[in-house]
Amino acid sequence: MAPPQDIAAEAVAGSRAVLNVGEILEPAPAELLRRRIFGHAGLLIGSGVLLLIVMVALLAPWLAPHDPLDQDLTRKLIPPIWHDSAKANWVYPLGTDGFGRDYLSRLIYGARISLLIGVAAMCISGIIGTTIGVAAGYFGGKVDMMVNFIITSRLSLPVVLVALAVVSLVGNSLWIVISVLGLLIWDRFAVVVRSSTQQVRNLDYVAAAQALGCSKARIIMTEIMPNIANNLIVVATLEMAHAILLEAALSFLGLGVQPPQPSWGLMVAEGKGYMFFDPWLVGIPGAALFALVLAINLMGDGVRDVTAPERRN
Amino acid sequence: MSEILEVASLSVDIPLASGMLHPVQGVGFSIGRGETLCLVGESGCGKSLTALAIMDLLPRTAIRTAESLILNGEDILNAGERRMSDLRGNAMGMIFQEPMTSLNPSYTIGNQLEEALLRHRRVSRREARDRAVMLLEKVGITAAASRLRQYPHQLSGGLRQRVMIAMTLMCGPDLIIADEPTTALDVTIQAQILLLLAGLQKEFHMGLLLITHDLGVVARVADQVVVMYAGQIVETGTAEQVFAVPRHPYTQGLLECIPIPGKTRRGANLGAIPGMVPSLIGELRGCRFRQRCAYAMPVCATDVAFRAAEACDHVYRCLLTPAQCADNAQRKVPA
Amino acid sequence: MLIYACKRLGVAVLVAVAVSLLTFSLIYLSGDPAMALAGEAATQQDIEYIRKFYGYDRPLAVQYADWLTKALTGNFGYSHYLRQDVAEIIFSRLPVTMILGACALVFALTLSIPLGVVAAMRPNTMIDRFALTLAVVGQALPSFWFALILIFWFGIVWRLLPISGTETWLNFIMPSVALGYYVTPAVMRLTRAGMLEVLASDYIRTARAKGLRPPVVLFKHALRNAVIPVVSLAAVQFGFMLGGSIVIETIFAINGLGYLAWESIQRGDLPVMQAIVLILACFYIVLTYLADMLNAFLDPRIRVT
Repeated sequence: MAPPQDIAAEAVAGSRAVLNVGEILEPAPAELLRRRIFGHAGLLIGSGVLLLIVMVALLAPWLAPHDPLDQDLTRKLIPPIWHDSAKANWVYPLGTDGFGRDYLSRLIYGARISLLIGVAAMCISGIIGTTIGVAAGYFGGKVDMMVNFIITSRLSLPVVLVALAVVSLVGNSLWIVISVLGLLIWDRFAVVVRSSTQQVRNLDYVAAAQALGCSKARIIMTEIMPNIANNLIVVATLEMAHAILLEAALSFLGLGVQPPQPSWGLMVAEGKGYMFFDPWLVGIPGAALFALVLAINLMGDGVRDVTAPERRN
Repeated sequence: MSEILEVASLSVDIPLASGMLHPVQGVGFSIGRGETLCLVGESGCGKSLTALAIMDLLPRTAIRTAESLILNGEDILNAGERRMSDLRGNAMGMIFQEPMTSLNPSYTIGNQLEEALLRHRRVSRREARDRAVMLLEKVGITAAASRLRQYPHQLSGGLRQRVMIAMTLMCGPDLIIADEPTTALDVTIQAQILLLLAGLQKEFHMGLLLITHDLGVVARVADQVVVMYAGQIVETGTAEQVFAVPRHPYTQGLLECIPIPGKTRRGANLGAIPGMVPSLIGELRGCRFRQRCAYAMPVCATDVAFRAAEACDHVYRCLLTPAQCADNAQRKVPA
Repeated sequence: MLIYACKRLGVAVLVAVAVSLLTFSLIYLSGDPAMALAGEAATQQDIEYIRKFYGYDRPLAVQYADWLTKALTGNFGYSHYLRQDVAEIIFSRLPVTMILGACALVFALTLSIPLGVVAAMRPNTMIDRFALTLAVVGQALPSFWFALILIFWFGIVWRLLPISGTETWLNFIMPSVALGYYVTPAVMRLTRAGMLEVLASDYIRTARAKGLRPPVVLFKHALRNAVIPVVSLAAVQFGFMLGGSIVIETIFAINGLGYLAWESIQRGDLPVMQAIVLILACFYIVLTYLADMLNAFLDPRIRVT
């Protein structure tokens, strides 16, 4: 029988051998996150495109070659540069619309509108949804029942119809559109925040904080919020995309942003009548919407994959 | 006595992102009619994968290779999926570890039992039902006829496992593979289920491959014992041989870890095997136990073949001579 | 199961009441419904006449009670613009929207469920990546733009399909695709996720160990369990589609409920607007209730206690 010190040495040697034979040491968490982010094509592409659009929107006054509102019927319906027509020229690279307004400039300024509405509506709905979601998840019981009831009632309303009706009755300034959207799309925030809060609430460190006598508000802010942040970000991106699409639909139907503002949805509506001969009027703003929403969705999916890969798809 | 199952040099390889995993390597044994072979080893030693490999139920990415795999004289290594699906549930049946999740929650017990028979035999629904009732009673379930209409969630774990056993018997198989059938059950029920299995095996004259890490179970029911470690067989023999004179250092270590009535003295320390199972990824040479073995020598790093003890059906994979093994065993038993 | 059904029914009724309150208060957003209804060119006399006719001078609670009780009997009031009972107009336009919604749902399910099943059976292969790409693209595509693209290529350039109206079944093809594609990503993903989980489960392993043939394992055992959550989702999405049909109907000039809603919003025809919102909301509530019940029925763990 081997002497005790040899057995101990054996154990240590054994475990070191394990580390040497084929096992790879896990790198530090920050490094792991960095690797995951840069390994994720969707996240990189989505964030990249989004960043590009944000920069374009911010630098609009310097990037746009013309005034987006400047009409001149003598130069209406000039095709974009890739059309093989005598009228196409580099002064108006994306052509002009039915009122002679430069399409490129309208596209650039349209990005501002879409992004502004997306972010603002997302913030409003985020605040509403997160507040009632945390309340339901943290307090449970009657509060939870009440919140569930409110969410179900909201889900029963046909959103597009109600938005249209409200805007038609109240008026359609930009901020009314934003408020209406914000007040209508908070449901997913509430649902996700509620279930995340419920999961986190039962964990030990919350119980520990309670045992220490921390106030409820403090527990919510310091223990719960950071741990639902991942899910919150994912939902926030989805709802931003949702708001952008909704506004586009509203503007398309004439009850969103009003002319002569260059909302992309409105541009599609205005171009609809000319679609037979000048399809780019519909194609270009629609493609811009598609690209923006796609980028946001890719980014949201990417954040979800990177922060919790076991829940991928 | 003809052999029901003959396995020769079975290996399973699984390609991973970090390399090729070899969870099963060169496994071979045979089971005769009416014989119980217990496959023993710690968690992760490859027992379950061996069973799945025999049934050809491995994950899609896994690669199975063997010198031969013969069931009742038929080659099942190269049999296509069609033939295998004809044999599964028919000539060979398998019982899994988790009775709570092994039955489909959306169909009645009766439905799932009957379908096992109807798949392989041209009988009427009524005949299938009668056989199901008969088998349920045989496995000790009362009020069998009304149980048929129940759903899995209405039964306890022990009852569900009995249903699983009845299900594998529906077609009268020649071989049953039971992968840790009692591990997930209450201790009080474990003995009942095992005795039931042993009894049924004798009655139906089947071969039983029982996979377990519980040596007490092995002592009760095994005719043959096969000890696995890190994907390889380290010792094979009859139950008496392996328990009375364990040869391989791992087997000796295992037996030291459990109290054996009659052998272990009161107050004596139970043994433990220091170290961890080595990684099974990539090229592996030599004895896989050498990092944890008290008797390891430098030459153990080269491949180790089987060595027979006096009785030639008691083999073990080690470079130590039988005499040296006996010495080691002696020294371990408290004087 | 019966208790469960009754409890859910109670909740559904309460939600319906809450929604009716919200819908009722909708018309007061403009301040004075009589003025909104009368329009810009109305005289003070017209406004007063309208106020009396529709009872907007009564206390709010009375108005609400009256409106609700009438609605429960199918009387949604009268539309001055159309010179018809609101109920008549709505129910004459309802069938077209229902057909459109049903076709769109059929299209969506026929595309997304098989795709989700196949993607789950062959994860990380070409077909899986294709399905996921389709889902991502589908979620980003604005519905009105997609509809216009379909019209441009299939209606104008290739002249394969009619671009407006509802004469033949051909008219329904593009609108159904344009309406249904938005539901496809969610259903496909849910089917795929459900199938992945089910295919990895122990009872599927048991089914294979019994020697059951692959189609039996797939349809009888796997799909049966995986499809349960999809049923709920499909019902809910159908409700959303009915609400979203307003865009598609206006583009394709389909004379359904959505188009009627659009017209009445434009005209400020409040009783019709209110009625449509209420009917669609109640329809959604009924749908989700039925989906709940179907869900519970399909899962024996809930149905049989």
